[in-house]
Amino acid sequence: MNIDRRQFLGTAAAVAGASALGGPTFAADPIKVGSLHDLSGGLDIYGKPMVDVFTFAIEEANAAGGLLGRPLQLINYDTQSSMQLYTQFAQQAALKDKVAVVHGGITSASREVIRPVLDKFKTLYFYNTQYEGGVCDRNQFDTGVTPAQTVEKLVPYAMKKWGKKVYVVAADYNYGQITSQWVKKYATENGGEILSIEYFPLDVTNFSSTISKIQAAKPDFVWSALVGGAHISFYRQWAAAGMNKSIPMASTTFGVGNEQIVLSPEEANGMLVCYNYFEGVKNPANTAFLEKFHKRFGADYPNVTELAMGTYQGFNLWAEGVKKAESIDRLKVIEALETGISIDAPSGKVTIDPPTHHCILDVHIAEAKDRKFVLLEDFSQQKPTDTAAVCDLKKNPNDNQQYVIKF
Amino acid sequence: MDLVALLAIQVVYAIASLALMSVGLAIIFGMMKVINLAHGEFLMLGGYAAIEANRFGLSIWVAMLIVAPIVVGAIGIIVERTVIRWLYGRMIDTMLATWGLSLFLVGLTTAIFGNTTVGLSAPLGSFEIGEYRTSTYTLFVIGVAIVVLGGVLAVLRFTKLGLIARGTMQNANMAAALGVNPNRVYSITFGVGAALTGLAGAVIAPVSGIFPTIGAAYVAKCFITVIGGGASIVMGTTAASTLFGAVNQIATYVTTPVFGEVALLAAAIVLIRALPQGITGRFFRGSL
Amino acid sequence: MSARALNGLGLALIAVVGLAVLVLVPWLFDLDVVLNVTVYMIMAVLALSLALVWGFGGILCFGQSAFFGLGAYTYAIAMVNIGESTAPLILAILVPAAFAALLGYFIFYGRISDVYLGVITLTVTLILFNSINSTAGPEFHIGSAKLGGFNGIPGIPSLNVPFFKDWQIDLEGMFYLSTASLILCYFGLRALLASRFGRTIVGIRENEQRAQLLGYDPRIYKLATFTIGAALAGYAGCLFANWGNFVSPTIFGLAQSAQIIIWVIVGGRGTLIGPIIGCVGIQWLTAALGANAPSGAAGWQALLGNVPLILGAILVAFVLLVPKGLVPTIGGLEALLIRPRAGASR
Repeated sequence: MNIDRRQFLGTAAAVAGASALGGPTFAADPIKVGSLHDLSGGLDIYGKPMVDVFTFAIEEANAAGGLLGRPLQLINYDTQSSMQLYTQFAQQAALKDKVAVVHGGITSASREVIRPVLDKFKTLYFYNTQYEGGVCDRNQFDTGVTPAQTVEKLVPYAMKKWGKKVYVVAADYNYGQITSQWVKKYATENGGEILSIEYFPLDVTNFSSTISKIQAAKPDFVWSALVGGAHISFYRQWAAAGMNKSIPMASTTFGVGNEQIVLSPEEANGMLVCYNYFEGVKNPANTAFLEKFHKRFGADYPNVTELAMGTYQGFNLWAEGVKKAESIDRLKVIEALETGISIDAPSGKVTIDPPTHHCILDVHIAEAKDRKFVLLEDFSQQKPTDTAAVCDLKKNPNDNQQYVIKF
Repeated sequence: MDLVALLAIQVVYAIASLALMSVGLAIIFGMMKVINLAHGEFLMLGGYAAIEANRFGLSIWVAMLIVAPIVVGAIGIIVERTVIRWLYGRMIDTMLATWGLSLFLVGLTTAIFGNTTVGLSAPLGSFEIGEYRTSTYTLFVIGVAIVVLGGVLAVLRFTKLGLIARGTMQNANMAAALGVNPNRVYSITFGVGAALTGLAGAVIAPVSGIFPTIGAAYVAKCFITVIGGGASIVMGTTAASTLFGAVNQIATYVTTPVFGEVALLAAAIVLIRALPQGITGRFFRGSL
Repeated sequence: MSARALNGLGLALIAVVGLAVLVLVPWLFDLDVVLNVTVYMIMAVLALSLALVWGFGGILCFGQSAFFGLGAYTYAIAMVNIGESTAPLILAILVPAAFAALLGYFIFYGRISDVYLGVITLTVTLILFNSINSTAGPEFHIGSAKLGGFNGIPGIPSLNVPFFKDWQIDLEGMFYLSTASLILCYFGLRALLASRFGRTIVGIRENEQRAQLLGYDPRIYKLATFTIGAALAGYAGCLFANWGNFVSPTIFGLAQSAQIIIWVIVGGRGTLIGPIIGCVGIQWLTAALGANAPSGAAGWQALLGNVPLILGAILVAFVLLVPKGLVPTIGGLEALLIRPRAGASR
């Protein structure tokens, strides 16, 4: 066996640590797992919780004996919100560290940068973020929710509650653009009307003129697909103008960056959202997860976000695939995952949908209340029908692109 | 008609907030020729100082108007003593040093406060103009901007401190010969510039929110405003803010925020081409 | 040893080091190192472009990334439309150069200089950033190339051997091309600076009024320098678009603009080798810090993973301790050691 000094020391330390805790001991080489997330720069509000939960998932797996009798080692890259570093680190993870799988990428931009790199160097890739849907690539699994799973539920719910006229404000990149098209589709199908759609680049902080435009348009409710730290100021300015009292709001991005904690209850209460995971989801797996997680990261840990849970579930789906394949070989793991593996995750049952490599999972509509979300309605086992309309990897295993879904 | 009144308030607000955010930079650049690329981070620190003070139980007004400028002013003096003072007369080097400082402060703030910070909400509620509602806090920000700019003008013009500061900036050797300690003047000026920036950051925080990397959204705009204004600190900042703020806000309302931003930048280019020394290089010469 | 001999020795040394990198890196290291070195070489070409414009031309250009980004986007758009890389490559050099010539005419013939020039170039960069950044909608396309807004353009086809569409340049080929480009640019600029033109622009940098009194028109010289710099930056942009097969608007951003200036300051203004060293050093440091991010750590250990904190502290310490930049400082030390002997032998 050919291991260098650092690897040896690392393994030795892991063994020593594990035996000191009375846990299982490992003799074999660790399996390396790559993490590419932004831990600094503007996107760290999303990346930090993802990596915390990822760390937890690896520690949990190691405490339970690792995978295939081998310990897991997390190789953590901080991509610093830079596309150049995404490329460099994806290359490094695949070629130098030879990781068994890469989990990561936050924005669609970063995913589209690393996807071809990992394809080229034959490294399995998990993208665990909720996104606009449509990626069709056999080397990639997408464990986040897509518009057909969330927007489809939330639009009619909000229309029934508040009325038919919708004003959409969205982040100006392809997530916002595509999501607002979905909102338009579902609103029209349910007999509603979109008054206007406005797009904002990610660094806009002054929303005063939009707020006056919305007042002039008088919608029944506002749909927000705003993203990132700067856009939080929209909710502040909205509340400061007293608008949150008169026009309600629904969103499929609010809360992903812990907006409900950053804003005061007066500003955030009443916002409707729809996701796969909330800390308030009731099932034994979630109770156990939260207890263990808070023990590791402290009782005052703000919130396990949708994206963080996506990462946890993504990792465990991959681990399940490895167990079934009894190997970390890329193709064998893909084939094992394509049998439609499921896990009992904190968010409920999560199953890989073989033709799309997306997930079948539960979604919930919830309302922001006093820095938490209160669950209002559950929809179990939703299929990724949007991506399924354009992508069938069983028929076309060599397909490799992101479709823009046409209505 | 109501809409026009509302838009007028928003235009004035855009001008006031731009002037308020830039005046600290104008002092530091205009008087000391230090290009402070950590200006955005000073704004950010002002916001955090106010939030933390508010969390310790101080009223939001005390936190914003007193604690934030004191804290950031103190940080400014420390920065001047440890870093900037070695770099006077080397404008380009101050740029590298303050860029490094800006990264350092972002990192430090993230390490201390994390990425998820409970912010401040705007106090004072809202008021109605006919069918429209807008935030009363907007008017408060406008008031603060007027007081700050007026205060700076008064200090420079009427006090001994202002006289000494202007004298030292013009000719440090001569001032030293007359018994002034230039190092101290530089220190105080940098501290005052930082304090005003901290105040601005705190006052803006309830509107724009606060997170470690927010400085990047402001630094270029402030910098362009200060250069566009030219040599006079108060007049220059006011004139440039009026032009850029109005262009930005009106273009944003008529089209989109992107065009608003582009219109501001285009106005800056035209301005500098037409008046290569900034507005006060041509008009209001010799004003403060 | 005379200064001329020293200079020759230095050039020979740099040539040897350059050739050694070219030959040895792919031979000694794995593909991941080769790929990393490739991007460092590409960025070093960009650093050289500003070393010329600012270090020798005295033009503080805050917008070198505008030309870099224009080169990258031009290549991407042309390549997606044409599919054969000869014309896109040429366009990626010509478009930024033409843009710089127009902008430069506006600036230099408007007698804008000093910090105002910095602000104008910065502003132009930000306009490009804002405009490109807001093209996410499907209605924004040039020919068959969608501009993609914030996401940029992914999956750009690689360069091919000129006029032979099917002979695509592979990853190692990109390494050889980038490294060879850097070496050629370096020696090309050395030659340019040794020429009459080069000495004139340095003369203008030192004293514009004197140069003018001697009958030189500083405006045309500055414009030429600016345009050459932009062409180089555009070429670097084209290589960059090939390296990662993507472009996104962040290459126009404030952070990217500032970074190029930092490379030049760290390496030393008024040298060519300095910015190359500064660029590679800082890129390496940024990547190395990010690659070892500890996860789930608390307390002081978490600080080790805090990239901006460490990078910022290093930059501040650098300005204070090595104020002239790396190469001039080392040059100064060397002169101290060599000069006495040189004096004795004269």
